[in-house]
Amino acid sequence: MSTRAQSSPVPAWDSTNTSTNNLPRRHRTAKLWQLLFMLATIVAVLTLVAMLFNIINSSFGLVAIQNEVEPETLSQDGVPLEQLSKEQLVAILKDKVSKGLFRRLESEQPFADRDQANVYALVVERVIKPRIVRSWTLSESLLQRKAIEAEVSQQYPNARLEFRSWFNPNFVSSPQSSVPQLAGVRTAILGSLWTILITIVVAFPLGMGAAIYLEEYASDNFVNRIIQTNISNLAGVPSIIYGMLGLAIFVRGLEPLTSGALFGLTDPTTANGRTILSAGLTLALLILPVLIINGQEAIRAVPNSLRHASYALGATRWQTIWHHVLPSALPGILTGTILAISRAIGETAPLVVVGASTFIVFDPSSPFSKFTALPIQIYQWTVRPQLEFRNIAAAAILVLLVLLLSLNASAVILRNRFSRRL
Amino acid sequence: MMQHTSKVRTMAGLVGGATIEVADELRKRRRWGETFIQAFLFMCGAVSILTTLGIVFVLGKESLLFFSMPEVSLVEFFTSTSWHPAVGDFGIWPLVNATVMTSGFAMLVALPLGLCVAIYLSEYASERVRAVLKPILEILAGIPTVVYGYFALTFMTPLLRSIFGIETVEIYNTASAGLVMGILILPLVSSMSEDALSAVPRSLREAAYALGATKLETAIRIVVPAALSGIAAAFLLAVSRAVGETMIVAIAAGAGPAFTFNPFKAAETMTGHIVRISGGDLSYDSIDYNSIFAIGLLLFLITLGLNIISRRVVRRFREVYE
Amino acid sequence: MLALKPADTTRYVSSNGGYAIEAHQLSVYYGNFRAIKDINLKVQRNKITALIGPSGCGKSTLLRAFNRMNDLVPGAHVEGEVRFLGRNIYAPNIDPVEVRRRIGMVFQKPNPFPKSIYENVAWGARINGFRGNMDELVEQSLREAALWDEVKDKLHQSGLSLSGGQQQRLCIARVVAVRPEIILMDEPASALDPIATLKIEELMHELARDYTIIIVTHNMQQAARTSDYTAFLLMDEDRAGILVEYGPTHQLFTNPKDKRTEDYITGRFG
Repeated sequence: MSTRAQSSPVPAWDSTNTSTNNLPRRHRTAKLWQLLFMLATIVAVLTLVAMLFNIINSSFGLVAIQNEVEPETLSQDGVPLEQLSKEQLVAILKDKVSKGLFRRLESEQPFADRDQANVYALVVERVIKPRIVRSWTLSESLLQRKAIEAEVSQQYPNARLEFRSWFNPNFVSSPQSSVPQLAGVRTAILGSLWTILITIVVAFPLGMGAAIYLEEYASDNFVNRIIQTNISNLAGVPSIIYGMLGLAIFVRGLEPLTSGALFGLTDPTTANGRTILSAGLTLALLILPVLIINGQEAIRAVPNSLRHASYALGATRWQTIWHHVLPSALPGILTGTILAISRAIGETAPLVVVGASTFIVFDPSSPFSKFTALPIQIYQWTVRPQLEFRNIAAAAILVLLVLLLSLNASAVILRNRFSRRL
Repeated sequence: MMQHTSKVRTMAGLVGGATIEVADELRKRRRWGETFIQAFLFMCGAVSILTTLGIVFVLGKESLLFFSMPEVSLVEFFTSTSWHPAVGDFGIWPLVNATVMTSGFAMLVALPLGLCVAIYLSEYASERVRAVLKPILEILAGIPTVVYGYFALTFMTPLLRSIFGIETVEIYNTASAGLVMGILILPLVSSMSEDALSAVPRSLREAAYALGATKLETAIRIVVPAALSGIAAAFLLAVSRAVGETMIVAIAAGAGPAFTFNPFKAAETMTGHIVRISGGDLSYDSIDYNSIFAIGLLLFLITLGLNIISRRVVRRFREVYE
Repeated sequence: MLALKPADTTRYVSSNGGYAIEAHQLSVYYGNFRAIKDINLKVQRNKITALIGPSGCGKSTLLRAFNRMNDLVPGAHVEGEVRFLGRNIYAPNIDPVEVRRRIGMVFQKPNPFPKSIYENVAWGARINGFRGNMDELVEQSLREAALWDEVKDKLHQSGLSLSGGQQQRLCIARVVAVRPEIILMDEPASALDPIATLKIEELMHELARDYTIIIVTHNMQQAARTSDYTAFLLMDEDRAGILVEYGPTHQLFTNPKDKRTEDYITGRFG
């Protein structure tokens, strides 16, 4: 069977057929490429750092504030403005603002019902009108302080220089405003929360139901394979398409339902389908494929031995699923759901298409209210040319990132706690 | 269940002629609860079909309305390079061109960097380094696109302007949006490629080392070719993602369709256009309203095609290692 | 980085006293765990040396220590020396890449590259800088692995299309093509059927004419059949592998010096 009887042996390697020792060159090349790979990774890390730096840089810094009317001029009998009584403040207000504005403020909430702090805030907003005329980034504020001070004393002699943290508790609790320094993200946060609530309530049961069906009940026939492929395809559809779907079906097609007309609960200022309900349903459709795929994986990971043990005791399929499979798959399902939710919170495009409002000041009161959301707010502020809007956009981004970070961290903690138990 | 067991107990008493009743006990019975549950769960699964049907129906119907309007012709849509609704020009090319340019820049960044990161993580990095790097990549992947848009406008554009000059680079430009989009997509490419690389069995690497190969030669000439189908699938998916991306281009690339090959000028992509039009005052059944659905249909078909091809590539060329 | 050129080989033959490779007080650690302890072994040139012993006694670890494959395991380190061509291959200035070209390895489970048969054989030679006639090298290597006749008409088919036994011979051809001095074989036939196993054993004898073969096997009969020298390893109380006995195969199997060897060979344990 030997086939090598007559052949000459494999020629030894010598200088005639080997490039004399290519090892150093090969090692050099290897080192070079290793450096390249490492550089690529460093670029990725650096970009993240740059992004965070950029955001933080715009969220804190010096501002030059100028008052239209100095508070000192309004004090009476040597009593500073903020300590004046409510009646005195109302008198100042009546004196200094236009009649129309005064009437409107009265009709929104009668002055008799307001407290002193409220009226004082109005005086500050409408009479003193502190306006930020210039703002600087954190790096500029720290490194170029002298230059900034010089510039301010030249160009804005009446302004005072203050260090402002755009990201502060007031920011989170104040509603939207057209004045950057007074604007807050409360309306946006509430809008996001309401919307996500609807999204979860709709998408989670549907998603779980579909995942259970596909993993536990569906046999490998044509229809079920179509469903499976279909879900994979849907997971890859751009989010803006879902927005258009929502626009056509929820906002327009189902307008009686989503505007609340069916229930007689329409929002008084508008009566159309651009409501929180539409937004929530649209986002639900968006994350549904992701939830299903994630649920399938979690259910698939449950070992068959568990199911067999349950069946062997005479349990029905649903009993097995409800009492054994689902509890076992729950950690994976929960982590995946939390991640899907954090993705939904960050979605902007579908909400814009569905018709997020550009400017609302009132907190949402029902699913049929007009809505805005945190990412929408960021988008709107980012595209404004004035620099101060950039500051509050950065602060809003910080709020969003903190929210997402806590969500994701809880998902990771959940995953670790449950995997340790197993 | 309870009924069942009590019957069995009474059965135990009547041993003799009991065989028939026991067989009855074992007979399959209709459990209505189970059937109902199964039907309900099937409906849940079917919702996904409804979604797809919905998308196709909505996009198709409005597109049909759009193309049936007198100012619009199919030929013009696919051949004209001017999109000016005010004068009745409806050519798709400015938007498609801008989409291609931003996606092209994104791929220029994401594909090489993503593959290099994947190779580094899979072949070179120690466990400690991986434990730090993988969360960083996950964070990059989890940051909302609107934040990337902010970054593009407030960091990348000034950077480009300082490098290339304020006259060359406009405030809104496709290069800035495209580059930042590349960073957005990088984690997708790197994680999918890394999965593909890790799936290559260790024994192949050992065989190469045992022949006197360096780590680089093993990685590039054995492992990467062995993982090629997974990497190709990752690339296709990345392109699909780039084409469908909206917020970065809406913020940083420009408003208003412009047919230009200059990456430093403003241009509006398909997605950017849809967002801008639908964000403004839109009356149903106006030509603007229908036009965005036509664009959306094109977008849907492109991304769907890329996704399908990506999955096909994995299936058809999946490497067999043993 | 000192690289050992092929032409240097002849200089060291006599200084090694005819030994292809030697282990001196060799211990291999995985982290804190010592897998083999104080091994002293001198392997004869152009002979087949078998490493036998019960499972877990460190045979594979010792084998892999000879071509620094253990380096690939994180946390693995070595005490003692392995002398090859007059140098300790674990010295800091020795290039492991070159060591591995000189000391080739065939693995337990055949692992051909997912490339053509031709490419499988040619690849190692190519990256190591071979500039001569590649077709000739591939043919010679396949002949030497007793595979040429079976594959000469399908050199461009995938290496994975071959049977298990053929794949293993392809792996041998691949190793031969880079012209090592020593071929290490880690249970090369344990994943194969008896007929393929027989072919591999016959092949080993042919190969021993030009190469030194060190083989790990759990099959005593195989060791007795094929090898010229046998080393018997055992686990001591710390679960480290130690060399119990080493000598000419015939002598070790018929007249073992150590009682433990005798117990193992007669099947009282293992």
